Amino acid sequence: MSAFQESPAWVRVGLVPILQLTLALAVSSLVVLMVGESPIEALKLMVYGATNLEYGGLASTLYYATNFIFTGLAVAVAFHAGLFNIGGEGQAYVAGLGVAIVALTFDSTLNVWLMAPMIIVISALFGAVWGVIPGYLQAKRGSHIVVTTIMFNFIAAAVMGYALVEIIAPMGGNSTDSRYFAATSVFPKLNEIWPDIPSSLLNPTLLIALITAWLVWVLIWRTRLGYAIRVVGQNPKAAEYAGINVARIIIITMAISGALAGMMAINEVYGAQSRLILNFTNGFGFIGIAVALMGRNHPVGVILASILFGALYQGGTELQFDMPSLNPELIMVIQGAVIFFTGALDRLVRDPVEKMFMRKSTEEA
Amino acid sequence: MDASVWIFSTLDSSIRLAVPLIFAAMGGIFSERSGIVDIGLEGKMLFAAFVAAATSYATGSAWLGMCAGIMGSVALSMVHGYASINMRGDQVISGLAVNFFAAGMTVTLGHAWFSRGGQTPGLIGDQRFLPIELPGAEWLGDTIPFFGPLYREVISGHNILVYLSFAIVGVTWWVLFKTRFGLRLRAVGEEPNAVDTAGISVAWMRYRAIAFTGVFCGLAGAYYSTAQNAAFGKNMTAGQGYIALAAVIFGKWRPKTALFACLLFGFLSALETRMQGVAIPGIGVLPTQVFSALPYVLTVVLLAGFIGKAVAPKAVGQPYIKER
Repeated sequence: MSAFQESPAWVRVGLVPILQLTLALAVSSLVVLMVGESPIEALKLMVYGATNLEYGGLASTLYYATNFIFTGLAVAVAFHAGLFNIGGEGQAYVAGLGVAIVALTFDSTLNVWLMAPMIIVISALFGAVWGVIPGYLQAKRGSHIVVTTIMFNFIAAAVMGYALVEIIAPMGGNSTDSRYFAATSVFPKLNEIWPDIPSSLLNPTLLIALITAWLVWVLIWRTRLGYAIRVVGQNPKAAEYAGINVARIIIITMAISGALAGMMAINEVYGAQSRLILNFTNGFGFIGIAVALMGRNHPVGVILASILFGALYQGGTELQFDMPSLNPELIMVIQGAVIFFTGALDRLVRDPVEKMFMRKSTEEA
Repeated sequence: MDASVWIFSTLDSSIRLAVPLIFAAMGGIFSERSGIVDIGLEGKMLFAAFVAAATSYATGSAWLGMCAGIMGSVALSMVHGYASINMRGDQVISGLAVNFFAAGMTVTLGHAWFSRGGQTPGLIGDQRFLPIELPGAEWLGDTIPFFGPLYREVISGHNILVYLSFAIVGVTWWVLFKTRFGLRLRAVGEEPNAVDTAGISVAWMRYRAIAFTGVFCGLAGAYYSTAQNAAFGKNMTAGQGYIALAAVIFGKWRPKTALFACLLFGFLSALETRMQGVAIPGIGVLPTQVFSALPYVLTVVLLAGFIGKAVAPKAVGQPYIKER
C-alpha cells in the first residue's frame, strides 16, 4: 500500500481507538442506566477511585496494569505471527504453580536478590511450556490454536486443582492456597519501600513489566526473529517461499507468548499476594486480549491500554462502595464492549473515519 | 443389585448433565456448518439462563421464562452475526466479547434487580420445569427385570426439556441433511462462492443458521436455571459452552456423533462426582480432576489427528466478501 492511501498515523492509532472506546463506554452507560444509576456519576467515581493518591487508588491501578501488560504482550506477540492465543489464563495459572513451588522450596534460604531472578525465569518457563504445546500442535499437527488454547485453559484448571491438593498443600497452607512466602525472599510492596505512600499491592514487578515491554519491542521490530514472526503473520505462504521455517516460528512465538503470559505470576503470586491462591488469574489472561486489541499490538499501546484497564478495574472495585446497586462485574460489560468495538466491529468506526481523512489528504495533494 | 442402582443413577445424571451440552452443540453445528465460528455458546447460554430465571420469577411461568431466554440468546446471536457477517470482523473476537458481555450483564443486572449478589430468587412450582413420569414407569420398573428399572430410573422422570433436547438432535439432522435449506446451509460453510453464484444470499443463509444457534443456546440456558436448578447463579454455565464446542468438534460437525460426544462428556462429569475416593481395580483412586479434564484432553488429541481426523467446514471462520 503506498503512503498516500493511508490515513495519518494519529487517526489510525489515536482517534479511531478513542472513538471505539467512547462507543464501548456509551454502551456500558446504557447498562448503568438500566440499573437506575447515573452513568456520569459512576464514571466520576471510577475515575476518582482509580486515580486518587490518598487511598492508593493510583498505585492499585498500576498494580492491576502490571498484570495486563504481561498478558497483553502475550496476546500481541502471538497476534504478530497471526496466532490468536486465548490461553493466557492457563499459561499464567500454570506459571503460578512454578513460582509457588520455587518460592516455597527456597524461601527460607534465599533472599529477594537471589529469589527474584529465579522466579522470573521459572514463571516464563512454566508459561512457555503451556504455550508451546498448542503451538506445536498447530504447527505440526494442524490443530487450531484458538480451540487448543481454550482447551488448555481448562486442562490447566484441572491440573492446578490437583496440584494445589497434592503438591502445594503438603508444602504448607490449606488445599486452596499455599502458605505465605517468607518476607525476606519476596518483593517488598512499594509502600514498604516508601512508607509515606498509602498501602497497595503495587510492587517492583511493574518495572519488570516495563522492561519486558521494551524487550518485546526490540524483539518484534529490531531482530531477525521478530521480522520472521511478522512475515509469518502477514503471509505464511510468502514466508515459506522466503525460506522461513513457518512451523518453527509458530512454535517459538507461542513459547514467547506463553512465557509472557506466565510472567503475570511474578506480579500476582510472588509480588502482590506472596502466596498461591486458587484462581489467582481471575480472568486477567482474557483481559490481555482486550488490552492487545486496544493497544494495536504495539508495546506502547499495550502499556497505555493496560493502564486504562487497570483504572477500570480499580475504579470498578471502588465503585461498589459508593454505588451499592452497581456490581464490580460491570467492568466485564465494559471489557466485552471494548473487545467488541476495537476487535470484532473494528471496521464500523475505522472505515468511515479513515476514509474521511484519506479524502482530505488526496484533496490537498 | 447395588451395582445396577449405581449404574442407573450414574446414567441418569449423565443424561441430565449432557442435556445443555446437546442443545448448545446442536446450535454450534448450525453456526459452524454455515461458516461462522461460535465460541460465544457459553455466553449465550449464561445470558439465557439469567433471562429465563428472571422472567420466570416475574411471570410465574417457566414457559415464558424459556421464551424470554431464547429471545435474549437470539439477540446476542444477531449481534455476533452483525459483527461477523456484515462487518466481516474476527469471529473469535466477537464470540469472546459475547462471553464477557454475558458474564458481566447477568451479574450486574441480577445484583441490581434482586440484590442477592447476582443470584435470582429461588423458583417454585410453575416457575420451573418439573420431572415428568412417563406412562407405566412404576409398573414396568417393578415387573420387567433390567429394562423395567432402566425405563423407570433412566428414561422416565426427566423434565420436558430433556426429551426436547433429544428430539432436537433429530430435527438438526433432518434439517441439515434432508432439506434444501440444510443443503444450502452446508454449502455456505464449504463454498460460499458457489452458493452466491447460484443466486442465494450468503449473509441471509448465515443469519438464519445463527438464529437456530441462538434458539438452541436459549433452550440450554433455560434448562440450567429453570429445570436443572431452581435459580440463576453467577457463572452457572461454568465453561460448559466450551465443552459443547468441544463436542461439536469431537462429533465432527455431525448431529448424531455430536450427541454421543455430549453423552460421553456428560458421563465423564457424572463420574467426576461419583468417583471421589472410589478405587478402580488395578488403577487405584483416580483424581477427580482427570474426569473434568478428559473432554478437553480428548478434543486436543482428536484435533491433533491422533484419533482420527476432525475436518471442519472449509469456510468456517472466514468472512465472506462478495466479489461483485
